[in-house]
Amino acid sequence: MEVLLGITGKDFTIIAASKAAMRGATVLKATDDKTRELNAHNLMAFSGEAGDTIQFAEYIQANIQLYSMRNATELGPAAVSAYVRGEVASALRSRRPYTVNLLLGGFDPIKEKPSLYWIDYLAAMADVPYAAHGYAQYYCLSILDKHHRPDISLDEGIKMLGMCTDELKRRLPIDFKGVYVKVITKDGIRELEFGNDKAVLPA
Amino acid sequence: MDSLVAQYSQPAYASEGYSQDEQQELSEVTPPLSLKFALPPVAQPSAWLRAMTDDYSNPNCPIKIAHGTTTLAFRFQGGIIVCTDSRATAGSWIASQTVKKVIEINNCLLGTMAGGAADCQYWLAYLGMQCRLHELRHKRRISVAAASKILANLVYSYKGMGLSMGTMCAGVTPQEGPALYYIDSDGTRLAGNLFCVGSGQTFAYGVLDAEYRYDLTEQEALDLGRRSILAAMHRDAYSGGSINLYHVKEDGWVKHGFSDMNPIFWDTKLTKGEFSNVVTSMD
Repeated sequence: MEVLLGITGKDFTIIAASKAAMRGATVLKATDDKTRELNAHNLMAFSGEAGDTIQFAEYIQANIQLYSMRNATELGPAAVSAYVRGEVASALRSRRPYTVNLLLGGFDPIKEKPSLYWIDYLAAMADVPYAAHGYAQYYCLSILDKHHRPDISLDEGIKMLGMCTDELKRRLPIDFKGVYVKVITKDGIRELEFGNDKAVLPA
Repeated sequence: MDSLVAQYSQPAYASEGYSQDEQQELSEVTPPLSLKFALPPVAQPSAWLRAMTDDYSNPNCPIKIAHGTTTLAFRFQGGIIVCTDSRATAGSWIASQTVKKVIEINNCLLGTMAGGAADCQYWLAYLGMQCRLHELRHKRRISVAAASKILANLVYSYKGMGLSMGTMCAGVTPQEGPALYYIDSDGTRLAGNLFCVGSGQTFAYGVLDAEYRYDLTEQEALDLGRRSILAAMHRDAYSGGSINLYHVKEDGWVKHGFSDMNPIFWDTKLTKGEFSNVVTSMD
């Protein structure tokens, strides 16, 4: 029941990931950050098999930074996504694949365009305006289908994210302990304060 | 002589209905049983049937039954909105796109259909009969609470025997006002303001919960019901076809159409700009 959400707008990409780290019927940590900064304008959120997730994320993070050091160049969102997908794909046919689902939020400082890539553990990739992984897909995609527009402002984006997390709190049987919210803009990646304390009950 | 007597001493009702000659005529007009029935358009109908039947896991219930659906109903200030899709599926096969999943039990009571199509159709028809009998016996219309309990007790008596249904009973009566109940084949019976049932329920809940208020106007409520079902039909492969919309008011239900989702979807996308993930051009 891990929650990953991504929303793009006019000049930003929002990534939200649940704070609960769960094993079986236990919450081990209620302040778990399921995201890694790959470079100044690319953030990766991950969920899936315990162990695989962080191993994979940090491996990708290190390699992207290594590439930038060697070649003195920053990789853009499209390049990062193609590299990440390739790594999932080649691991998929190996003896031990990575069972990880990913959201890649980025901002291309040259084209000045936000981007969001949805990648699953089978290495399927889609460039989308909004995305979710896990059970969140079932509740949030219909909300985003209705309310999302490509040219929304950050405030509107956060408001829409609030609709999504409210619905998850209302209908998901397990508490996911709120979400960490990060936003990627031309100025880079920053974390946003997000009110997670509101109690929501089914109608 | 005996035949002559018999001819004139028959009881009065004997001549009602069809005469022997007429029956003969009718039986000759209907075509003889042929094997020219519609087959699913697949390469190997027998292999397909094999896939549809699973007598290994449950020998008592060898045919897999239609399952996928989205239905919703919610109470608001002006009554109850009931809305469904119209697709019937058997596994990955779309068996029909024109199913009536709202069952009109009487002019004040509606039932919705999710789960096994046959189970729902049969038992909601049976419920209709019981409701009519209640009316005749007690000289007043049955309450929604009582009607839903007849169904809940009935399905509970068959618990564990393979019934599969998730239904909602919606109605307005003078005693209770607008009342909405959820009943499923486990025997659960719940009263509530808002329910979505079926494989597409989560998608419908998403849209509905976000904008639901009890003091919705009639037009807002109808639009929200329609839009919630559309969301589910769009995202859930097992829901689709047409949108069937009803409004239950104090003086009975009103039907607001059985409308194909396709033009509604494209209208919603193109005029309101929703569904921005669906692209209309390749670039």
